[in-house]
Amino acid sequence: MLNSKIPAGPLETKWKNYKSTCKLVNPANKRSLEVIVIGTGLAGASAAASLGELGYKVKAFCFQDSPRRAHSIAAQGGINAAKNYQNDGDSVYRLFYDTIKGGDYRAREGNVHRLAEVSTNIIDQCVAQGVPFAREYGGLLSNRSFGGTQVQRTFYAAGQTGQQLLIGAYQALERQVALGNVTMYARHEMQDIVMIDGKARGIIARNLITGELERHFGHAVLLCSGGYGNVFYLSTNAMGSNVTAAWKAHRKGAYFSNPCFTQIHPTCIPVSGDHQSKLTLMSESLRNDGRIWVPKQKGDTRKPNEIPEEERDYYLERRYPAFGNLVPRDVASRAAKERCDAGYGVGTSKQAVYLDYAAAIQRYGKIEAGKRGINADADTITQMGKDVVKEKYGNLFDMYAKITGENPYEVPMRIYPAVHYTMGGLWVDYELMTNIPGLYALGEANFSDHGANRLGASALMQGLADGYFVIPYTIGNYLADEIRVKAISTDHPAFAEAESKVRDRIHMLMNIKGTKTVESFHKRLGKIIWDKCGMARNAEGLKQAIKEVQQLKQEFWSDVRIPGEINEMNPELDKANRVADFIELGELMCIDALNREESCGGHFREEHQTEEGEALRHDDKFMYVASWEMKGEHEWQLHKEELNYEVVKPSQRSYK
Amino acid sequence: MEHKNINVKLKVWRQKNSKEKGSFETYNANNISQEMSFLEMFDVLNEQLIVEGKDPVAFDHDCREGICGMCSMYINGRPHGPWQANTTCQLHMRAFNDGDTIVVEPWRANAFPVVKDLMVDRSAFDRIIQAGGYISVNTGNAVDANALPVDKAKADAAFAAAACIGCGACVAACKNSSAMLFVSAKAAHLNQLPQGEPEKKTRVINMVAQMDKEGFGACTNTGACEAVCPKEISITNIARLNADYAVATLTASK
Repeated sequence: MLNSKIPAGPLETKWKNYKSTCKLVNPANKRSLEVIVIGTGLAGASAAASLGELGYKVKAFCFQDSPRRAHSIAAQGGINAAKNYQNDGDSVYRLFYDTIKGGDYRAREGNVHRLAEVSTNIIDQCVAQGVPFAREYGGLLSNRSFGGTQVQRTFYAAGQTGQQLLIGAYQALERQVALGNVTMYARHEMQDIVMIDGKARGIIARNLITGELERHFGHAVLLCSGGYGNVFYLSTNAMGSNVTAAWKAHRKGAYFSNPCFTQIHPTCIPVSGDHQSKLTLMSESLRNDGRIWVPKQKGDTRKPNEIPEEERDYYLERRYPAFGNLVPRDVASRAAKERCDAGYGVGTSKQAVYLDYAAAIQRYGKIEAGKRGINADADTITQMGKDVVKEKYGNLFDMYAKITGENPYEVPMRIYPAVHYTMGGLWVDYELMTNIPGLYALGEANFSDHGANRLGASALMQGLADGYFVIPYTIGNYLADEIRVKAISTDHPAFAEAESKVRDRIHMLMNIKGTKTVESFHKRLGKIIWDKCGMARNAEGLKQAIKEVQQLKQEFWSDVRIPGEINEMNPELDKANRVADFIELGELMCIDALNREESCGGHFREEHQTEEGEALRHDDKFMYVASWEMKGEHEWQLHKEELNYEVVKPSQRSYK
Repeated sequence: MEHKNINVKLKVWRQKNSKEKGSFETYNANNISQEMSFLEMFDVLNEQLIVEGKDPVAFDHDCREGICGMCSMYINGRPHGPWQANTTCQLHMRAFNDGDTIVVEPWRANAFPVVKDLMVDRSAFDRIIQAGGYISVNTGNAVDANALPVDKAKADAAFAAAACIGCGACVAACKNSSAMLFVSAKAAHLNQLPQGEPEKKTRVINMVAQMDKEGFGACTNTGACEAVCPKEISITNIARLNADYAVATLTASK
């Protein structure tokens, strides 16, 4: 049924063999083949640029005012690569193994090994483009550690790694725009996929400035539209991040896989009130040097600096001595929730733990004093330590200070887990093609590489791997058979029909003229999903959530109020379109979470845990990718893709 | 931190689209928590307007963590408002007092036409990048990343310039609507790296030509750009660009 098309042969030669034997398209034919790219984040921008360089005619779309603003820009900490520049035992195999284990054995071996292989090319490519990674005094690249690993393989540019990588890809994209190989459509949003003879052949897009619907043909369509974390309303995603492109594909028959695999990031600034519109991440890199703790005494109301060392519970170091503060995200998040639920939380809401830099400041201060050979007093050491911390994490500390009004150099930061990333997404095969021929999904939009939990600094790696180094090969293998297909006129009935359906839906939304704002529905959806399909889930809650979401959908379609007109810039209408899709997705997430009667990675079913409260997998029953086919209103059919581990032996994940 | 709720009066620029004339409208935003960001205060206002059957205020925003460069309000005569080194989305209501009147306008520059209300069209910046704001290297051509050591001081300086988020506050603050801080930041990022060296001359000539073509004004070294830049991009980049431009125009082979 679902054929993942993993090439035969030993793991380490699969990709090499694929590249050597896949079909090619000659340069003259590439010029008449058109490719549509939706989204201009790391996956989309790198794909559009690379395909443009190869000579394909590319059209790229983003809803922001410029491709440079896609949410990849906000990634802070870094990007992994198996360079082993630190001589600390890293290798392609170790990166592969860490990623598979980090994903709690729910990802494909073949895909993940390829990801680890091309990781090294990414760093080379980015440096050649002028991405200003952090460097040591000798002029060579610097590395740091991230969660779930015991080597230093993360490349970074202060706390702005995503920004620098995206600007690199954006510049490459704009270069292709200048050369005429890529046409850029900013402030455009995809509204539907156009299918002709069972293949994806184009899209309907809405010009967000004029409100006009446009038809665009493509021999292939690439969805690089990111994840669906905003289904929770509050997340670290950008306000505009949405599932619409992927969801339209799903409605057209593309399978949606593992939607319940969502990542709750352990270190975010806690919620401050009902007005809150988004949550802000404090990079995982802060766990390199920061120590996480809560008071040993329940309900302790003393200020953090007044609590003596022996009355602090460094609970990650206590529970997981081998990895300490650098356990993977799912483990760290659950541990924070456990402490807060047990009554040890801090701050006014009691839904927070401390991330403390006092020890790191002293340690760095002493190293600095040693380097300079001075016998410094305590104040000088503290000051030098703060300077080092500022150089490493300054922008993050500034951001914390602005949001909370507290100075993190003086008092420990308060943090709490928040929705950050979604491992689930459109089902794709080894070639990144969905089950619809000619329709691809890259980056966070697909489900493929992170299993049930993504390790830090791996999202940037996957987005760029897919865009720079995978799709340029795999798309050729498909388009080689399409060279005889002339560009199809957008007067084709399939385009007309798709456009009229989009138009009808927009009219339907505008004509509801109800009483409640789009935002209010989004907030209610988020609360249902966070409460019942968030960090911990159980069967009863999920069943209730499904009912509540269905009810919400009905209410939305009968009582939403959208101001303004259709044929003008109308951000409320854009938002309504997206929220309507999030509501449908929310239902599927709960269905998937209910189906998966085990705990793994970010999916924690309370009924399935070890005596120590760790995730308990059931490999005998759930060693599969759950791929859902939409059958009708509130109706989905499950297709299972069995996961076969040939090299790695799945075991209970241990970070102790 | 002590927090309280405040009432503020907003004078907001409303403009239906790029063709029609705009004007200021006055709104009251009441019971605003000082813990809110400035944009969250606008969310509250918009929810209120929708319920009242009025058109909400359109404004650009996305990441709301100060990095995407999309938000762009001109608040009380200063891009991104009163705080130093800050974007509108990171401005919090702690910056204001109960009873304050706050004037909010879009970026004003000929090269940035208003799209609607507080939204402007900054695609001129993309076209400047297209003119030369890149290093010409196709995917797959790169040598090992550590094959080319880069002097840390230069790498740090390139990084400091590359921190630009392309928001356009520099243009909005400048009495001449000059884009020199933006252009010089991109040039400084790429020109200081050995990878950017081969295209240095054509880069500065072409980017400056495109900047002029877009209708940005000339630089008169006032420094307003640097003062409001959310990423504290230094005006020394402009001096560097001027020097590079002079060398390029004198020595470039046609």
